[in-house]
Amino acid sequence: MKRLIGFIRKEIYHIFRDYRTLIILFGIPVAQILIFGFVVTNDLRDVKIAVLDQSKDEVTTAIMDKIISSGYFVLEEELQSIDQIDPAFRTGNIKEVIIFESNFAEKLEKNGQADLKIIADASDANTGNLIANYTQGIILNYLNEMYKNIQIPYTINKYERFFYNPNLKAVYMFIPGTMALILILISTLMTSISITKEKELGTMETLLVSPLQPWHIIIGKVMPYIFLAFSNAVIILILGYFVFGVPINGSIILLLVSSILYVSLALSLGIFISTLSDSQLTAMFISMLALMLPTMVLSGFIFPIENMPKIIQWLTAIMPARWFISILKQIMIKGSGILFIWKELVILTSMTVLFIVLSIKRFKIRLE
Amino acid sequence: MSIIKVHKLFKSFGDVNALQEIDLEVNASEIFGLIGPDGAGKTTLFRILTTLLIPDSGSANVCGFDVVKDYKEIRKRVGYMAGRFSLYHDLTVQENLSFYATVFGTKVSDNYELIEDIYSHIEPFKNRRAGKLSGGMKQKLALSCALIHRPELLVLDEPTTGVDAVSRTEFWDMLQKIRKKGISIIVSTPYMDEALKCDRVGLMLDSKILSTEQPENISKHHKNLLYSVKSLANNYIFLKALREQEWCRSAWLFGQTIHLGVNKDIDEIQLKKELRGMKDFESYEKISPGIEDTFIELMGVKGPDN
Amino acid sequence: MNLEMTHNNNIIEVKNLVKKFDDFIANDNLSFEVKKGEIFGFLGANGAGKTTAIKILCGISYPTSGEIKIDGLDVYKDREKIKKRIGYMSQKFSLYDDLTIIENIRFYAGIYGMSRLEIKKRSVELLERLNLTHAKDRLISDIPLGWKQKLAFSVAVFHNPAIVFLDEPTGGVDPVTRRQFWELIYESALKGITVFVTTHYMDEAEYCDRVSIMVDGRIEALDTPELLKEKYNSIDINEVFLKLARVS
Repeated sequence: MKRLIGFIRKEIYHIFRDYRTLIILFGIPVAQILIFGFVVTNDLRDVKIAVLDQSKDEVTTAIMDKIISSGYFVLEEELQSIDQIDPAFRTGNIKEVIIFESNFAEKLEKNGQADLKIIADASDANTGNLIANYTQGIILNYLNEMYKNIQIPYTINKYERFFYNPNLKAVYMFIPGTMALILILISTLMTSISITKEKELGTMETLLVSPLQPWHIIIGKVMPYIFLAFSNAVIILILGYFVFGVPINGSIILLLVSSILYVSLALSLGIFISTLSDSQLTAMFISMLALMLPTMVLSGFIFPIENMPKIIQWLTAIMPARWFISILKQIMIKGSGILFIWKELVILTSMTVLFIVLSIKRFKIRLE
Repeated sequence: MSIIKVHKLFKSFGDVNALQEIDLEVNASEIFGLIGPDGAGKTTLFRILTTLLIPDSGSANVCGFDVVKDYKEIRKRVGYMAGRFSLYHDLTVQENLSFYATVFGTKVSDNYELIEDIYSHIEPFKNRRAGKLSGGMKQKLALSCALIHRPELLVLDEPTTGVDAVSRTEFWDMLQKIRKKGISIIVSTPYMDEALKCDRVGLMLDSKILSTEQPENISKHHKNLLYSVKSLANNYIFLKALREQEWCRSAWLFGQTIHLGVNKDIDEIQLKKELRGMKDFESYEKISPGIEDTFIELMGVKGPDN
Repeated sequence: MNLEMTHNNNIIEVKNLVKKFDDFIANDNLSFEVKKGEIFGFLGANGAGKTTAIKILCGISYPTSGEIKIDGLDVYKDREKIKKRIGYMSQKFSLYDDLTIIENIRFYAGIYGMSRLEIKKRSVELLERLNLTHAKDRLISDIPLGWKQKLAFSVAVFHNPAIVFLDEPTGGVDPVTRRQFWELIYESALKGITVFVTTHYMDEAEYCDRVSIMVDGRIEALDTPELLKEKYNSIDINEVFLKLARVS
């Protein structure tokens, strides 16, 4: 035990002596969150739209008012006939046309159903999708408030999303995603570099010749960095809460415990990476390149997992970030308790144990 | 009692033979020097002795334990100073020392008496980061760290490379004192002159140990007559002229003189005549070969490009 | 010998060189000359200020004060011209490990603006002289240390500099390779290249025409090895060095 404490003390010296790295470790997450939060969000703003209102009754007017007043859309043109739609897309900056059928309010009243078409410019598929979704969301919201007893022909799925994120703010999706991404990259980097550095410097040689056991070295490397990575997580949460207004509806303790678990997992992964590489450069490449893209693409951060082919869906199961994002959304946005995330917690814990065990097994007690 | 016993040790990395049939015995409480150039296999041998590498075949015993089976026992008993002084540059002198002490499960105060002599040189700088120390001070700190757990055997891999002559001399004085405290030492060096400070030396070349001797006996391997020759003008031009001669066995620069080995069929009178006939010849003197002469003789080369 | 130079036989002239880092004085008022074609040994303990001085002489770093001329050129004004007239080899060799021998030669010759034809001709000569023609396509990482040192030196003098600076060029090789290296140095000196060399091997100091010994940023002694031994009543330069450096 004394050996382990001595080792941890040494690691803490390393961390605080290297203030440049410390600044990078804390500066980059903050910068990333701010960039993602403010710039890269898919939030719509002032999207130019046109309307072809063949009914012009109180319901369609009210719906249009709601859409325009949301701040996402600006009404650019009022069209008179179907023929004008195509030219409007071609010449103008119009991204979407909303078409109300004639006698909209009447049909809605009588049949509980009325036709409304949304035509979006899909030359940028993501934006097109988003515009259509936003519009649907606003209309649904309106109908929901106005006619509580009317059957609405939309899927529950959309209903749910809409419910937990009433303003449909993309930043709610981005904060958990970015947090998962940044924490895993930074944490793996920390431990993998710290071990390979000792290999490069030649100090690992002396540690090997000493009576230190592999687990001394591995646990000794993980422990101090948990504190560091956890502070990082807290900073991101604070930024999300105060700067972007992402709610924390669930238990803060549960949220923090999950974060500690997630960073421990990432740190153990970093240790595992260091058993595969002999130089800081290789460790860095594996930690950054091999993790970044899969985490972004496969964690549900950018692309919804439900929409992926089955095989890819299976693949997402091995992405630690997927489970952490799920936990974050559950706790922060839905306010769920441990009953709803126990599966994720179990998975993250097993992954952590797996990487630690693999690292200890793979850890070379000799130089070859 | 021997502290190191190596029998028919082989080790290769891919196609490269690093060690070939190494036999070696080092007695307890002696300073054993392993002399040889870079790439001769010294570091590989040391890494096997310190349990960092596993030999391909053959056996090695350190402190009575097998380097493969009982590696944990050996790791408790050996102090190792790697070629690059494995110190943490961002830790202070004192922090480095106490870290290595805890790693070996001891405290600095427990064995302070053992390192006091060495550590007192660097103690005034104990709060300085190790990275900011000069080469000589780094070397002393690394030695203190390797000694802090009072090992039975000290393994020093080229501890004096890149260190200035003053620090080198001090370093060897310290090794003598450590040895007197009952710690055996095996040390490698590319400096031939350091061989004289060892109790016994092994000459290592091309992954083999050529011979193991007391330093004063090494020169008996030099079987030929040796002369120190001086030239009136440029030594290099005279050296090249010497190598042209049929009776020249070897000719090498040694400071301001040339060491000339001659073939057995020429006697001194004849040599004198021959030398006097050469342009710019100044004087010659018969000498007994030193360790460096012997090493060159054992390498079996006459001049460049062999 | 070059005609312009006949009025002045010194290739390096240093007057009152001072280099300070904050309040630490690395070079304390150095004054010395190196003659053309001379092999000049620049000795000193670790941290005595040798590397600092060499960097200034090579034009990599500015002095705090003092007057320094290399081949008649001022280190303040003619940095770029100086760089063309000097060669430099450090203990780290500055050869590219992942390039072959011949590729390294071509690369360095190219840096100094030699013509393609000249490079071709001279590299064949060089390989033959070093006896490396058979190995010219081997990677630097695969050749023995001794070859690397000889090659690094040959590359450093490939563009026929007026002076070559060697910073601890002979670490860790066997006595034969070390001597072969010194023979290369002698050969270059015969061609008129001035050699400025640092080393920790005191026996090598005796190969030099003149030797300076630096202690704590100052030059404590400068003379031929013979006269130094006489003056300090020592059997070899090692003893001279110990007497001078240990006093401090």
